[in-house]
Amino acid sequence: MSLLSRFTSLFTREDRASVDWQDLEATLIASDIGPTLAKKISDRLHDEKKLTLEVALGELLISADRSLVSAESPPTVILVVGVNGSGKTTSVGKLAARLHAQGASVVVVAADTFRAAAREQLQTWATRIGVTCVGGKDGADPAAVAFDGVSQAVDQGADYVIIDTAGRLQTKEGLMDQLGKIRRVVEKKAPVSEVLLVLDGSTGQNALSQGASFTSAVQVTGLVLTKLDGSSKGGAALAIEATLGIPIKLIGTGEGLSDIAPFEPDSYIAALVGR
Amino acid sequence: MFDALTSRMSRTLAGLRSRGRINPVDLESTCGEIRTALLEADVALIVVDQLITEVKRRGLEAISLKQAGINPAQQVITIIHEEILKVLGTNLRPLAQAKKPPTKIMLAGLQGSGKTTLAGKLALWLKEQGNTPLLVACDLVRPNAVTQLQIIGEQIGVPVFAPEPGNGSGNPISVAKAGLDHAEQKLFNYVIFDTAGRLGVDVELMKEARAIKSAITPDDTLFVVDAMTGQDAVNTANAFNSGVGIDGVVLTKVDGDARAGAALSVTSVIGKPILFLSTGEKSSEFEPFYPDRMAQRILGMGDVATLADQAKKALDEKSAARLEEKFISGEDFTFDDFLEQLQAMKKMGSMTKLLGMLPGLPGAQGAQMKKQIEALDDSETDRAAAIIQSMTPHERNNPKIINGSRRLRIARGSGNEVSSVNRLLERFAGAQKAMKQMKNIRPGAMPQIPGLGAPPAQRPPQRAGKKSRSGNPAKRAEEERG
Repeated sequence: MSLLSRFTSLFTREDRASVDWQDLEATLIASDIGPTLAKKISDRLHDEKKLTLEVALGELLISADRSLVSAESPPTVILVVGVNGSGKTTSVGKLAARLHAQGASVVVVAADTFRAAAREQLQTWATRIGVTCVGGKDGADPAAVAFDGVSQAVDQGADYVIIDTAGRLQTKEGLMDQLGKIRRVVEKKAPVSEVLLVLDGSTGQNALSQGASFTSAVQVTGLVLTKLDGSSKGGAALAIEATLGIPIKLIGTGEGLSDIAPFEPDSYIAALVGR
Repeated sequence: MFDALTSRMSRTLAGLRSRGRINPVDLESTCGEIRTALLEADVALIVVDQLITEVKRRGLEAISLKQAGINPAQQVITIIHEEILKVLGTNLRPLAQAKKPPTKIMLAGLQGSGKTTLAGKLALWLKEQGNTPLLVACDLVRPNAVTQLQIIGEQIGVPVFAPEPGNGSGNPISVAKAGLDHAEQKLFNYVIFDTAGRLGVDVELMKEARAIKSAITPDDTLFVVDAMTGQDAVNTANAFNSGVGIDGVVLTKVDGDARAGAALSVTSVIGKPILFLSTGEKSSEFEPFYPDRMAQRILGMGDVATLADQAKKALDEKSAARLEEKFISGEDFTFDDFLEQLQAMKKMGSMTKLLGMLPGLPGAQGAQMKKQIEALDDSETDRAAAIIQSMTPHERNNPKIINGSRRLRIARGSGNEVSSVNRLLERFAGAQKAMKQMKNIRPGAMPQIPGLGAPPAQRPPQRAGKKSRSGNPAKRAEEERG
C-alpha cells in the first residue's frame, strides 16, 4: 500500500491547507519518479486548486498508442533490449506465450550469445510454450544469429519474430553500437516494427540514462516494465515516459508465463498512489 | 561509475572551494544542492535526510568556531566526505572465515541482481588466493540457471555441485545440504551457495531462503544488490534482513553510470557492510570494497588506489620490473612494450572502467573528457594489437622506418585502413615521448600506460592554473604532454 494514498484524499477534498508539502514531495520521491518531477508535481498541486494527485501524475504520461505495432506483411519483428538482469529473456518468453495464445505463430531468437546459458534459458521457455527457438553458438555474432532467426521466420511464414539480445549497460559504447548493427542487419531481411526496452521496475534514476542511451542506439519504441510484483512502484518508467516520450507498452507482474499484460495508465496510477 | 553523482557533487563543491568563507545561508543552499544530487543518485530519502542534517549541524558548528587558519569551505567538504565515509564504512570487515573449513557463503537477492555471475566471480577471487572453492547450484527456479553456473564454473576452473537440473523441479534445501556434505568430504575450504532470486514481498520464497539458511548455517550470508536500484533498495534490504538475515552486501553492475544510491542506502538502513563490488561481465571484474575510495570517488577525487592495485595485478611483476629497468637504463620504448602494456590493460578490464577511476575534472571540460574516454573501448585495444602484430620485429623496434609502403602493408595485414595505422603511430609517438619525460621525473615509478591517453587529436585542453602534479603517473604524463 502506497504512502501516497494519504495524500489522494486530501487533494480530492481540495483541502490544500492541511497538506504537508515537504512530506508529499518526499513520498513522490520514494516512488522513484525523481526529485525534479516530484517537485514539479508538488508545485502544480500547490498552484492549481482543482488539480488532484492522480490527474497530475496521469498528465505525465503521453497520449500514445500503447498497442504493439505489427508489420504490414508478416513477420512482425520485435527487438528486445535492456541492461543486464532487467528481465529480457523472461519477457521474450512471456510475450511469445501471449502472442502464441492469441493464435499467432511465433519464432524467438536467442541473440544473446554472451551470457552463459542464455540460449538454453530461452530454449526452455520456447519448449514450454511450443514455439520455435533459433539460436547461435556461444560467442557467435549476435547480428548473424538475429538475421538467421528472422530469415527462418520469413521462410516459415511466422507472424512474429522476437529477438532476445544480450544485456548491456548503456555506458558500453561498443556494445551499444553492436545493437545498432543487429538492427541494421535484421532490416536487410525485414523491417523492425518494435524495439522494446526492458526496464526493471526497481530501477531508480538510472532508468533515464538507460532510456536515452538505448533510444539513441536503436530507437526504442516502447518500454516493458518488469518485476512490478515486488515492493517497488516503477515510478522511474513514468519519468522516462514524461521526459523521453517513450510509451510504456507492457508490464511484467510475476514469474509465470502468463504474467505479462498491456500497460493500463489508470490502474498504474492507481497502484502508484495506492488505491 | 557514480558519474552523475560525482559530477554534480564536483560542481557543488567547486563552488564551495572557490570561496574563502561561507555563511549559514551558503551552507543551507549547498546542502540543498547536495540533497538533490544524492536523491538523483537514488540514495534513499531517509538516508539523505540523515546525512544532510548531520552535515548542516557540523557545518554550522564549523562556521561558528572560525578557527584561525582553517578554511570553512574546505571544512564543509571534509564534513561531507566524513559523513559519507561514516555510512559506507559501517561495520566494515572482510569475508568471514570459518574456524573449521569449509567456510559457507550463501548468496541471496532479487531476480536479476546478478547472483549467479557473482557466485562465479567470488569463486574465482577465492581460487586466486589459493583457496579451493565449490559452487553449489541451488537456483532451481530460473530456466537454466544451473547450466549457467556450470558453464561459469568450467570457464574459471571451479567445480560446481549440481545434482538437480533445475528449471522448476528439485528441492533447493536438499541440494544445499548435499552440496555441503560433498564439500566436507572432498575437503573444499569454501562453499558458495547460489540461490534463486526472490522478491522481498514473497513470503513463501523468503521462508524457503530461511530454510536453506538454517540447513547449512552459512558463515556469511551476502545480499546481492544491483547498483542501479532506486528508492526501493531500502525496502528490499529490510525485507531480506528480517526474512533471511543478512551479514553483508555485494554491490553489482557498478560499471554502469551513476547510482551510488543503493550502496549508501543499504548499508545505512541495515547497518551491514558492503564487502565487494562487481564491476563488469567478466569473471575477473570483481573487487573488495573500500569505503574511503568510494567516498572519494563520490566526491570527485578519483580512485587512484584501486587503479594502482589493478595495474599491479595485471602487469605481472617480471614484465613490470623489466619495463622499469628499461626506463632507468634509458632504452627506447618500443612497439613490443606498447603491445605488452595493451595486453596488460585488457587483463585489467575495459578502458572505460579503468578511466572512470581517475580523478574527474569538474565541469563541462570533465564531462567532455569522460565522453571521449568512454568512446574508447576494448575493440580499440584489439585493433591496436592487430596493427602492431602485423609489423615485423624490426619495425616494432625501429618505428621510424615505417614509411608509406610499410604502412600500407601493415594496414592490409591487419585488416585496417592506413589512417588507423597512422593514428596508432601518432599515439605511439606521444606515448614514447611521455615515457622519456617520465624517466626524468621519477625513475622506477609505475610505468605509464600509453593507451590511457586520449588520442592526440582529441586531447582535452589542460587545466588552467594547475599548481601540483597529479600523483598518478598516467595522469601526470597526460598533463605534461598536454
